[in-house]
Amino acid sequence: MKKSDSAPKKKVTRRDFLVLSATAVASIGAASAAWPLISSMNPASDVLKLSSIEVDLSPIEPGQTVKVLWRGKPVFIRHRTKQEILESESADWKSMRDPESDASRVKPGHEEWLVMLGVCTHLGCIPIDVSTGGWFCPCHGSHYDASGRIVKGPAPLNLIVPDYEFVTDTKIKIG
Amino acid sequence: MSSKKIKTGTVADWIEYRLPIFSFLKHLGDYRTPKNLNYMWSFGSIAGIGLVIQIITGIFLAMHYSPNAVTAFGSVEYIMRNVNYGWLLRYLHAVGASMFFVAVYLHMARSLYYGSYKTPRELVWFLGLLIFFLMMATAFMGYVLPWGQMSFWGATVITNLFSAIPVIGDTIVQWLWGGFSVGDPTLNRFFVLHYLLPFIIVAVVLVHIIALHVHGSNNPKGIDVKSKKDTIPFHPYYTVKDLFGFGVYFIIFAYFVFYQPNYLGHPDNYIESNPMVTPEHIVPEWYFLPFYAILRAVPNKLLGVILMFSSIMVLFALPWLDRSDVKSGTYRPVFKKLYWVFLLDVIGLGYIGANSPEGIYIILGRVATLYYFLHFLFILPFLSKYERTLPLPKSISSKL
Repeated sequence: MKKSDSAPKKKVTRRDFLVLSATAVASIGAASAAWPLISSMNPASDVLKLSSIEVDLSPIEPGQTVKVLWRGKPVFIRHRTKQEILESESADWKSMRDPESDASRVKPGHEEWLVMLGVCTHLGCIPIDVSTGGWFCPCHGSHYDASGRIVKGPAPLNLIVPDYEFVTDTKIKIG
Repeated sequence: MSSKKIKTGTVADWIEYRLPIFSFLKHLGDYRTPKNLNYMWSFGSIAGIGLVIQIITGIFLAMHYSPNAVTAFGSVEYIMRNVNYGWLLRYLHAVGASMFFVAVYLHMARSLYYGSYKTPRELVWFLGLLIFFLMMATAFMGYVLPWGQMSFWGATVITNLFSAIPVIGDTIVQWLWGGFSVGDPTLNRFFVLHYLLPFIIVAVVLVHIIALHVHGSNNPKGIDVKSKKDTIPFHPYYTVKDLFGFGVYFIIFAYFVFYQPNYLGHPDNYIESNPMVTPEHIVPEWYFLPFYAILRAVPNKLLGVILMFSSIMVLFALPWLDRSDVKSGTYRPVFKKLYWVFLLDVIGLGYIGANSPEGIYIILGRVATLYYFLHFLFILPFLSKYERTLPLPKSISSKL
């Protein structure tokens, strides 16, 4: 650039206005054109279509966890033992990382059934059953209690309880 | 150039007048390099041949591979059993990825020891880091393609890193997946990007080399070239030296391809992906292990992810963290020792990353992570201020 170009000549001209406004309009245009491309990577409509499944609970014994696949992810359905329910309800949940009472994680009158996404809230691995009750994620060492609440490890949240309802006493509908 | 108009020239002259390709080749032929480069300077071109091998074997593999969640796993086994030399192409590509990383890590270690990232080569360093970043993305997506258990769960864990972003994290992850979990749309786009990114890497490599040729290579003494006496032409001296390096590289490469093709892989990836079962022990490929250990060092999701990305981003700040005028570690007695401690720390992080996050490995992981950042954020700035460096030689040619 020549020295004379940078001389103290700060007057805003009509050309400056034209250049600026044309650049702004072109930028908005480019961003708008990019949007369909970005959006095309989102879940397609058939994936989004709410898929729900029904699960018969009658064959599940107390102390047993059944895994079903829902939206490509496993759902844990745990038939809890009396002791597990007692422990979960009496735990000091207010001091937990993601404070939630046991009652808010099950349906009233169906305290023996714990239904939740079997997906660790840390980085998405599937936690494994611990014989003493609760779950442990082998990937990065998160521990969950018998109510699926995070007690130790890097996961920030409790295992997620999906939307579900009891169709009959022994049948639930997830989704 | 206009003075070079030739009436009765050769075909080469005719082309040169319109596209100066021959003078460009002549530049490469005349390109002068410090005469004291040691074998650590061979890894740039070795990394280059590593990239070329990946692209060539990858193109031929892609002719047989099927990027679909139902057929992907089978198509890889089909390549192994039915395609002529399919086993060779796949093993070259899989081992080649590791060999490429070996070359690049040694190339980076060279830069760290001899201060090649310092002025005026900061942009060469930045472009190199950009290549490293693109390489990691490409390697990660490539490992997903066989659609085995490690592919699937590796993809799940790494994409879930983005769910740590507050508020919009989950939306971003679903956008990355194209669904509610890693699935067919994810596999398909990973294949497309895995094919695309290497060509972008080639483009960045060219810019990396253009930026390098502006001021030329650093050298083991870390001092500037003073006269022509300090340099020798790149060709034939370093072309021959680099070719010798290729030979050694290929011998090691061939050992793994023909005798230990699965040594650097994971047996779980020969089990087809299953969204209902997480393998007992998820580990990334060896070249990601140090970063994986840093991710797991803190018991907080967002912090772990931030720390892991910072461990790479801090390398961008390196030219300003290490302000010592002396480039080469040879003339920095304290830096030299701590450099090796740092390398041991990174190797230690890799070892920790390969083990389950239980017991002693949690504590070791934290100490090693702390030291990693301490080296960059405290030790290097401190040394550049207080270290007593040794006297530098007058020139590359002089004895002292």
